[in-house]
Amino acid sequence: MNSRSVEILVGAFMALGIAALVMLALKVSNLASFGGDDGYEVHAYFEDIGGLKVRSQVAVGGVQVGKVTAIDYEMDSFRARVTMKIGSQYDSFPIDTAANIYTSGLLGEQYIGLEPGADIDYLAEGDTIEFTQSALVLERLIGQYLFSSAGK
Amino acid sequence: MLDFLQNLGRRGLAFFERLGRGHMFLLRILGSLGQLIIRPWLVIQQLYSVGVLTLMIILVSGLFVGMVLALQGYNTLVGFNAEESLGVVVALTLVRELGPVVTGLLFAGRAGSALTAEIGLMKATEQLSGLEMMAVDPFKRVLAPRFLAGMIALPLLAAMFSAIGIYGGYLVGVELLGVDGGAFWSQMQASVDFSNDIINGVIKSVVFGFIVTWIAIFEGYDCIPTSEGVSRATTRTVVNASLAVLGIDFLLTALMFNV
Repeated sequence: MNSRSVEILVGAFMALGIAALVMLALKVSNLASFGGDDGYEVHAYFEDIGGLKVRSQVAVGGVQVGKVTAIDYEMDSFRARVTMKIGSQYDSFPIDTAANIYTSGLLGEQYIGLEPGADIDYLAEGDTIEFTQSALVLERLIGQYLFSSAGK
Repeated sequence: MLDFLQNLGRRGLAFFERLGRGHMFLLRILGSLGQLIIRPWLVIQQLYSVGVLTLMIILVSGLFVGMVLALQGYNTLVGFNAEESLGVVVALTLVRELGPVVTGLLFAGRAGSALTAEIGLMKATEQLSGLEMMAVDPFKRVLAPRFLAGMIALPLLAAMFSAIGIYGGYLVGVELLGVDGGAFWSQMQASVDFSNDIINGVIKSVVFGFIVTWIAIFEGYDCIPTSEGVSRATTRTVVNASLAVLGIDFLLTALMFNV
C-alpha cells in the first residue's frame, strides 16, 4: 500500500476519533448549553434543600433555564445557600421572583422552580432571591400527618 | 532449604532486574520522542497499523456492548418504572468504565501482541542490531514512533467505542424496546458531566495507551531472540497488559470518582 493511501486512512481514523469525542462532549454531556461563562449567578437561601444537588436543574414553567452551581451552609443565618447560574438569554426575571424546590415525580430528582414576580427591576449577577420555599420532605409530612391525627 | 532460598532470591532478582530494565527502556523511549517532530511520517505509518487496523474490532464490539448494556439495563430499570434513565446508565457505564477498559483490553490483544511479535522478530532476525551497525538508533527509528502511535490511537479508539456504544444503546433502547427517545437523550445530557465524566474517561484511556504500548514494545525488545522467546513475549504482553489495565483502572476510578 502506498504512503498516500496510508496517510488518508490515518487521517480518516483521527478525524473519526475526534468526531467521536466531539459527539460525546456535545450530544452526551450537553457541554454547549449552560457551560462556561454565558450566564449570571444568583443566590437563594433555603431552610431545607432536601435532595438538591450541584448540577440540579433550575426551571421556569418546566423549561430548564439554568442549573445549580454551588451549595453551602451559612452559619450566620443557619440556612442553606444555593448558588445557581441562569443562562444569559433569560436575563429579565423580576427581582421578586420566587424560588421553590420541587420534586419531579414522586420519587424523581429535586429541582429549583422559579416563579416570576411583578417587579420592574430585573435579577442580575450576584443578586439574592428573597422569596423561597424549602423542599417538601416526605418523612416530615408523614410525621406531621401522624401527629395531627393522633391529637384528634 | 538453601536451594529454596537461592531459587527465591534468583527469581526476585530477575523480577527486579526486568522492572529496572523496563523503566530504563521507558526513559530512553521518552528521550527519543522529541526527534519525531522532524519525521512525522514514521508515526503516521504506525498509526495505520495500530490504529486503523484496530478500528473494525473496536467499532463492532462497541456497538454490541452498548446494545447489551441497553438490554440488561432496561430489564432492571423497567421494574422501577425508570426506563427513561436507560440513556444515563448506558452513557455513564461506557464513558467512565467500559469505553477505556474494553478498548484497552482489545488494544492489548489486537495491537499490543502485533507490536511485540514485530519487534521480537526484528530482534530475532537481528534487524535491530543491523540498524545499530548502520548508526541508526532503533529507539528513535523503530520504538519511539510505535510508542507515540499507541498513545495517540488508544484514546481515539476509546472515544469511538463509547460513541458507537451509546448509539447501540439508543438502537436497542429506543428503537427496539420503545423507551422515549427524548427522555433517553435529555436525561443523559442532564447527568453526564463533561469534565467529570468525559475528560476523566479520556485521561483513563491515555494512561492505558501509555501502559499497554510500553509493555508491548518492552516485551518485544526484551524477548529471548528465538521463535519460542517471541511467542512467550507475545503471550506475556497480552496477559500483563490486560492485568495492568484492570488494576490501574481500579486505582484511577478510586482517585477520580470517590474523592
